[in-house]
Amino acid sequence: MNDDTIALRAEGLYKVFGRHADEAVIQLHRGTPRDELGAGTTAAVIDASFEVRRGEIFVVMGLSGSGKSTLIRMLNGLHDATAGTVEVAGERITDIPAKRLREIRQKRISMVFQHFALLPHRTVLDNVAYGLEIQGVALDERIARARKVTEIVGLKGWEEKHPSELSGGMQQRVGLARALAADTDVLLMDEAFSALDPLIRREMQDQLLELQAELGKTIIFITHDLNEAMYIGDRIAVMRDGRIVQIGSPEDILTNPANDYVEQFVQDVDRTKVLTAESVMRKPRAVVHIGAGPRAALTIMRDEQLAGAYVVNKDRTIVGWVRDRDVFDLVRRGEKDLAPVIRSDHGAVATDTALADLFIPSLEAALPLGVLDSRDRLVGVIPRVTLLAALGGEPEAAATATPRPDPLPAEVVDQVLESAVGSRAAHAKEAI
Amino acid sequence: MEFRIPVGTWIDGFFDWLEDSFSWLFEALRQLFIWMFDAVDWVFATPPALVVIALVAVAALLARGWKFAVGATFGLLFIMGVNQWDNAIDSLALVLVAAFLAVVISLPLGIWAARNDTVSKILKPVMDFLQTLPAFVYLVPALGLFRIGVAPGIIATLIFAMAPGVRLTELGIRGVDKEVVEAGQAFGAHPRRILRQIQIPLAMPSIMAGINQIIMLSLSMVVIAGLVGAGGLGGDVAQAISALNVSLGFEAGLSVVVLAILLDRFTASFGKGLGLYSRWRRSYVAKKEADQQARFDAEEEVARGGRRPVASH
Repeated sequence: MNDDTIALRAEGLYKVFGRHADEAVIQLHRGTPRDELGAGTTAAVIDASFEVRRGEIFVVMGLSGSGKSTLIRMLNGLHDATAGTVEVAGERITDIPAKRLREIRQKRISMVFQHFALLPHRTVLDNVAYGLEIQGVALDERIARARKVTEIVGLKGWEEKHPSELSGGMQQRVGLARALAADTDVLLMDEAFSALDPLIRREMQDQLLELQAELGKTIIFITHDLNEAMYIGDRIAVMRDGRIVQIGSPEDILTNPANDYVEQFVQDVDRTKVLTAESVMRKPRAVVHIGAGPRAALTIMRDEQLAGAYVVNKDRTIVGWVRDRDVFDLVRRGEKDLAPVIRSDHGAVATDTALADLFIPSLEAALPLGVLDSRDRLVGVIPRVTLLAALGGEPEAAATATPRPDPLPAEVVDQVLESAVGSRAAHAKEAI
Repeated sequence: MEFRIPVGTWIDGFFDWLEDSFSWLFEALRQLFIWMFDAVDWVFATPPALVVIALVAVAALLARGWKFAVGATFGLLFIMGVNQWDNAIDSLALVLVAAFLAVVISLPLGIWAARNDTVSKILKPVMDFLQTLPAFVYLVPALGLFRIGVAPGIIATLIFAMAPGVRLTELGIRGVDKEVVEAGQAFGAHPRRILRQIQIPLAMPSIMAGINQIIMLSLSMVVIAGLVGAGGLGGDVAQAISALNVSLGFEAGLSVVVLAILLDRFTASFGKGLGLYSRWRRSYVAKKEADQQARFDAEEEVARGGRRPVASH
C-alpha cells in the first residue's frame, strides 16, 4: 500500500504497566499469557499493529478493560509505548523529544474525550479556539475560525455561553468543534458519545458521518458499543484482553467472525442495520435486453420458470420490468417491440441500502427485489428467501431452501372435489 | 547505664553549626523581615485609626456585602475602644508578612509535589512534622538564630503555617479532572501552560482554602510569638499571663478574636462571588459576552443579505 494513503500506522505496540515492563514484553512476545506475568505487572495492550487510511473511520471496539483507551492514548503519546512504534503521516511519534511531540499534537492529531474535558472557566468560543491558541494563531483569526467551526457543529448563538450552561450533547459538540478547529488530519475520539443518552448519541453519530463526508478527516474512534462501531466504522478492530483479535469491515466481522469471541460478540448486533443489499444479493436470473423483442423475453421467462423479468439497456442500466402474460399477448399479436408493456415501477434499491430498509420494497416488488449500483445498473436481485436467510445469519441457507410447494391447479382440485361430492351423495343415498 | 538518646545535644550542635556557618544569611533574613514588617506596619499605623476603619469597611463591603462591613466596623471600633489598636496593627503586620512569605514558599512547593510523586512523598512527612511539633519549640532555635524581636516571630510563624498551603495546593492540583489536563496535552500545550491555564484556575478553590488556613494559623502563632518579644497583641497576652492580669488578658484576647474573624472572612470570600466587587465583575463579564454575541449575530445578519437585525428572544 502506498504510504501517502496511510494516515497512521501502529506496529507491534505494547503497553505494560508496573514493574519489569520490558521483561514482560519479551515474555508476551514468546507467548506467555497475560495473566501469568505476575502480580504488579499489567499488560494493557499487546502487540497491536494496524494501519489507518486517510479519510477513513477506524473503530477500535472492545469491552472495558480490553485496552482500547490505553491504545488510543498511545497514538498521540499521552501514554508512552513500552514497545513498538506509532507513525503519524509517515513520522514516528514514539521515542521522540517532548517538544517535537507537542508540535505533532498541535498540527497532526487532535482528540475528543469521553467526558468532554472542556475548560469550565472559558466560554464555548474560547474552548473551541483552544487548539488554535496553543498553535499560536493570532486572536482575530482564531476567533474567526472558531466561529466557523462552532457554526458547523450547530452551536451558533451559543458562542459566549459557558460549558456548564450546555446540555451533554451540546458540550460534546464543543469538544468535537475544538478538535475540528485545530484542523488536524487525524481525530482521535475516545468513547466520545458513550456519555450521551441514546437519542442524542444517534444524532451525534449522524452528524459525525456528515462532517466526515464533508471534511474527509481520518477518524479513530473508540467504543464499547458494537452497534455504534458497526454504524460509523469503515473498518473495525475488535480488541480483547489487550490484543486485537480481528480487523475488518463491519460486514466482514459480522459474516466472518475470526473466532468464537467475536462471534459471540456480534450475536446481538442488529444485522438488518449492518448488512447491505450488496452483501446478500444474488445474480439476477432473468434479465431481458430491451432490444431482444417479445419472443426472446418469453423464452427466457419460460426457461427460468418466472412470471416476470427485468428489462435492461445494453450497458445493464435498468429500464423496467415485464410480466409474462403481457409478453405472451405481444407474441400472440405478432408484435416486435417490447416497449409498450414495460412497467417502470421496478422498485429497485441501491447497493448500500441496509437490510432493514429492504423489507417493504421487497413486499411491494412483484419480482425478486432489484439492486442497482451507483450508475443505475442492475447488479443483483434479492429474492424474499434470501432476505430471510440473511436475517437468520446463514445466507447460504437460501440456496438449499425447500421451494414452496406450488398449489395444485384450481381446475384439478375442483374436479376432485366435485367427484368426491358426487360419491358422497351416492353413499348418502345408499344410507337412506 | 542510663538509657539516653542525646537528641537534644545533636540538635543543639546542628543549630550551633547553622549559626556559625550561615550567620550572614540569618542576619540578612532578619533585616529583610524587619524591613517588611516596618513597611506593612507603617501603612496601617500612619493614618488615623478611624480612617483605617472606614477603608476596611469599604473593602468589606466590596468583598462580602454590607453585613460584613457593619460587623467589621464594630469589631475594629471595639479594638480601638479597649486601647489595643496599636497592638492589633502590629499583630496584623506580623500576620501579613508571615502569611505572605508562607504563601510564596508553600504554593510552589505544593505545585511541585502535585507534579512529582517523589517530592510529594518527601514533603508529606516533613509537613506532618512541621505542623505537629509544638509551636513553642520553634521559638527557641528561632531566638538563637534571629535574636529577640519580630524576626524570630515571623520565621516561626511561617514555618508553622506553611503546611496547609502546601497540602491544599497539592490536593487541588491533583484533584483537577484528569481528562481536562489530558485535553491540554492532546492539543500540544506545554506543561507550564497547562499549569497556568488549566490546573491552577481549576484548583483555585482549594488553593484559596489553603491561603485562608495559612492566615489563620499565622494569627494563632503570632500570639505565641509575643512570648519572644514580637510585640503586638501577643505581647499583651504574655504580659497578662505573667502578671495574672485578667482584664488585660481578655481585652487583648478578644481583639485577637476580632482580628481572626476579619481575616478569615476576608480570605474566605476570595473567588466566592460574594460582595459588590464580584457583582460588578459578573455583570461586566456578562455584558461583555452579551455584546460579543450580539456582534456575532449582527455580523451574521449582514452576511445573510444586509437585513436589519430583528429583535429575537
